[in-house]
Order: sequence, then structure tokens, then C-alpha cells
Amino acid sequence: MDEILRVEGISKTFTLSKKQQKIEGTTLRKKVAVDNLSFTANRGEIFGLLGPNGAGKTTTLRMLSTLISPDSGNAVLDGCSIVNDPEGVRSKIGFLTSELKLEDFFTPNYLFDFFSRLHQVPEEVSKVRKEQMFSRFGIDKFAEVKVKSLSTGMKQKLSLVISLVHDPEVIIFDEPTNGLDVLTARTVTDYLQELRGEGKTIILSTHIFSLVERLCDRVGIIIDGRLIACGTLDEVCDGMTLEDRFFEIFKEVKGDEQ
Amino acid sequence: MKNNTWTIIKKEFARFFGDRSLLFTTVIMPGLLIYLVYSLMGEGIGKMVTEGRDDVVTMRVENMPESMADVFAADSQIVVLKQAFGEEDVKRLDNKDLNEVLVRFPQGFDSLVAVYAPQSGEPAPNVEIYYNSNNNASDFVYKSTTAMLDEYEKQMSNKFDVNRVEEGSEAKFDMADEDSIGAMIWSKLLPMLIVMMLFSGTMAIAPSAIAGEKERGTIATLLVTPMRRNQLALGKIVSLGCIALLSGISSFIGIALSLPKMISGEDVDLGFNYTFNDYFAILLVIFATVLIMASAVSLLSALAKDVKSAGTMITPFMLIVMLAGLMPMFQNGTPESFTTYIIPFYNSIEVLTDIFAHKIAWTNVMICLASNVVYTGIAVWGLTKMFSSEKVMFGK
Repeated sequence: MDEILRVEGISKTFTLSKKQQKIEGTTLRKKVAVDNLSFTANRGEIFGLLGPNGAGKTTTLRMLSTLISPDSGNAVLDGCSIVNDPEGVRSKIGFLTSELKLEDFFTPNYLFDFFSRLHQVPEEVSKVRKEQMFSRFGIDKFAEVKVKSLSTGMKQKLSLVISLVHDPEVIIFDEPTNGLDVLTARTVTDYLQELRGEGKTIILSTHIFSLVERLCDRVGIIIDGRLIACGTLDEVCDGMTLEDRFFEIFKEVKGDEQ
Repeated sequence: MKNNTWTIIKKEFARFFGDRSLLFTTVIMPGLLIYLVYSLMGEGIGKMVTEGRDDVVTMRVENMPESMADVFAADSQIVVLKQAFGEEDVKRLDNKDLNEVLVRFPQGFDSLVAVYAPQSGEPAPNVEIYYNSNNNASDFVYKSTTAMLDEYEKQMSNKFDVNRVEEGSEAKFDMADEDSIGAMIWSKLLPMLIVMMLFSGTMAIAPSAIAGEKERGTIATLLVTPMRRNQLALGKIVSLGCIALLSGISSFIGIALSLPKMISGEDVDLGFNYTFNDYFAILLVIFATVLIMASAVSLLSALAKDVKSAGTMITPFMLIVMLAGLMPMFQNGTPESFTTYIIPFYNSIEVLTDIFAHKIAWTNVMICLASNVVYTGIAVWGLTKMFSSEKVMFGK
């Protein structure tokens, strides 16, 4: 197996504001979001981080995409360290999350060219790729319509296409089907499998068991910022359904507090 | 990787020039508005000065003295009626549509005046003029009559003159040339106006370009590209500076075109006599000012979590800059100290003041330019740090 991502003991602690303390129901000033997390992902596989809300999945993915940096630990992605070479990492990944927005004022056509340039994609390559991607996702029909006039589904498809302008080796996808209508969700999951077929690596986070079962080659279960189990689906499930196995693990970790 | 900065600049321009309403409100409107407001003000002032000058006024004069008769008769605006008037006539004047003035000289005015000695302590002979200041013509005639009587009084007791100019002579006593009188006025007024205009231009766009991108979540999309943070920072500052410059130029044109209208009717020739060198220096300073302004406003906008709070943060800063703009009004001459020309914003004001006062010193222009470029460099570094800081970019 060709390892493309190695995460080594990354940790992230946030300082909570008074308001956040209230929401979290705690008096502690610090919250450990990710606690000494390590895992690896291989080229050409879909790796899923499975966990409940607030487990640290998004924080982990944001560290891998270098939007935030870890307090300790490191991760090496296709030869680039997230700590020492964040630009290198960013040139190799496509990161997609609902928090990344596109400027309302511009058209899909303009935005594709703009982000292609920022990713240093040669113009001829970008042109061909734009045609392919736009027709693949049906964006060609509204390529000249400003983003603000697009429907939510169209915007989501466009965000996906924009995050992949540079044909990255690794795609990091936070909750890929969250907030998508069933049709767009299906388009996205089909496309992820297609990308895997092309030899791309996909790291995704989710709390949906069926999504992991349908898509992922390997899975890591993350609870309270710690990786509790990691392996192929069969290894992790140990003969049970993923859902049953997850709750068994959850009970072991958290006791009966749920 | 270098042209990422250029890509960002192009995007900011596309955003700005593609949005007609934004273009209108930041570039076209300020100049147009200033031109219209100043022109209207100028017209209003002109009207106030000349109003009532053309309407014929009936003037009833009681006890018209010999010495005055000719002078009153010479004024074509008034029809003089030599007749006494009473309380009723005075009361009638509260009708403001009545173009009338009543003048009462004391009986035997000429001889009373001739024998009156100011040292005696007695009250001087008194002339009563009844008028209605709400009637422009009545008001105007009152003023001209008072001025005429004052002049007559001066002539009677004239013991000596100061700076008398004989008719036909071209004697000149104020040795400042008219050019420098104009220059002094420009140098007190224009630096502040220019800096304020540039500032309002920056204010109009920078918060939405940085704090707005944070608020809308579009900055994060830029931050996951391989672009370096300093390229983003430089691109933002340069593009915002250029747009602010356009807005500032528009305001400046508005001022330049409307000022002559505003000061028309004044006696001093406020000729705008500046050479190519002056204009070139002004342009250089404006460039430098815009850069540092865009830098400062960008830094504050990056700190703010949304456009609204950016506005709140920038306001006190704007007051400080305004205060710096007012400084030339309270000082005389060129400041000697070198440090004056390295204090951001204040240095621009000082150099502009020097240029408009025809006291341009290229060393100071260069010091101002160089220091502003250095400050902009520091700001780019600071903005880069902010773009890299997850606390600033993603802190809630």
C-alpha cells in the first residue's frame, strides 16, 4: 500500500469564551478538540473519520488543510508537512466544507478561472478541465449567472468543482452530504467514487454510518478528540454492523453517560 | 507564484468595476455631490451679497440736510421724497413686501454737526433710519445709506490717511503678491480636503473587501489555495489603494471645479498657480497617502469580525486623521524638524501644505514617500500575520 498521508500525534486545544463555555455547559477555559491523533491514509482510498458532533472531526480536517495549525504533532501529506510547508500541502489538496463560501458577485466561469490562476494551473489545461467539470456537473448551463442567483444545490456543485480546479491528489471533504438535497448528495458520492477510480485519495468526515459503509475503504472512529479505532471496515466492525460496533465502542469510552 | 498578487488585484478590480452601483457611489457620486453642493453654496452666498441691489426703494427723508441732498439724488436705486413721517408710517414698515426706508435727520443737521465737539461729552446728533431687514431691498438700502453716512462722518473729521492711493496711481502697500495670498489659503484648506476625500474613499471599500470577506466566509476559500498570505495582503492593499485613489481624484475634481464658484465675488485673486513640478509632487504624495491609508484601514478591517464592527473601529482613527488635517490651520511656516515628515498621515498633510504654499522641498517629499512605503511594507507584514492567524481569521 502506498501511503500518502501520515498523521502523527496532532493535538489542538481551543480557549473557550464565556459564551462558548455556556453552550458547552462547562466552566473550563480550555477545550481539547483533538487529542494526540494519529492515522494514515493510502493512495487511491476513501478514508472516513466517523464520530458524533463535536468529536473533533472538522478540527482535524482543518488542520490537515492548513487553515489552522496543530498545537503539537505533524502530518505529512504527499511529502509536504502541514507545519513546515503549508503552501505545498495546499497545492496538493482540495478542501471542501460548508464554511468555505464563494463570492456572490462573480459567475462560475470567472471563479473557475480565478481559482485556477491561484493554483497556478496552466491556462490551456484549465480551459479543458473547466469544460469537462462544468458539463459533468451541469454548470455549463449557468456558467455566466452570478453566484447570488444560483440555487443552493447549484452553489454546492460549484463549490465542489472550484475546490478541485487543480485536480488535486488528495481531497479533504468535511461532511460531504450535509445540507445537500438527495439528488446533489448522490451526484457527490458518485463523483467521490469516480475520483477514487482515478487513483485519488479522499479523506472525509461524517456522522452517517451508511455513508461510511457505502464509500469508505478504511475508517477511523473519533470520540472526544481521540482516535478509538482505525482500520478497514471489516477490521473495525468485527462482524457487527458499523452502527452496532460504533455504539459498543462509544459505550466503552463514555460509559453510560449517554 | 508571483502573479498571485496580480490575480488578487485583478479580482478586486473586477469586483469593483463590475458593480455599477458601487462604482457610482464611490467614484462618481463623491465628486458630483461635492461639485453640486459647493456650487449651490457659492451661488447662495453670491445671491446673499447681491440680493436687493436692483429693486427700487422709496426713501422718505425728514429734514433733508443741504449737504446730503445731492448724494441721495445720485443713487438711482432710491426715489427720494422729502417729507416728514410719523409713527403710523414707521409701523407700516413691518410689511416686508414694502420697498421703503425712512430716514430722519435732526433739524439743522449740518449746523449741529459743524458745532458738535466730541470732547464735550454731549450725545452726538443722531440720524434715525427705519427699515425692514426681511425685505432684501430695504435691507440693502439701509446698509448702503449707513455706509455712506459713515464715510461722510470720516471725511468731516479727516485728520490723516493711511495708505492713500491717489486716483490713477498704482501704489501697492501689501507686498505679498496675490499669488501667495491664494497659495496661503490653498495650503491651509486643500491638504485636509484631499486627505479626507482619500480617507472616505478608502472607508467606502476596504471594510467590505476584508471584513466583508471574513463575514461572508469567502476569505477562507482564498486561504486554502496555495497562495502565500503576503501575496493576498499585498494584493488587497494595492487594489484598495488604487480604488481609493480614484474616489479621491473624483472628489478632488469636484472641489477644483466648484471652488472658483464658491469664492467668486471676493476681491482677492485666488489663482491656482501651480507648476508641473508641484502637480507631480502632489500626485506622489497622494499615492503614498493612499497606500498607507489602505494599509491602516485594511489592518483594522482584518481585526473586525464583520463590516459593521470595522466601521466602528475605523471611526476614531478617522477623527485622528482629521485632526492631523486641521494642524496646518494653526501653524505658521514650514516645520523644521525631520520627524514631522515621518509621522504617517501628518507627513502627507505637511508636505501638501508646503507644496500648496509654494514652499516645496523635495527632500521632505522624498522622506514622506519613503517612510510611507516603509509603513506600507510593515502593514503588509502585519496583514500577512493576520491572514495567517486562525484567531483573527476564524475567531468568533
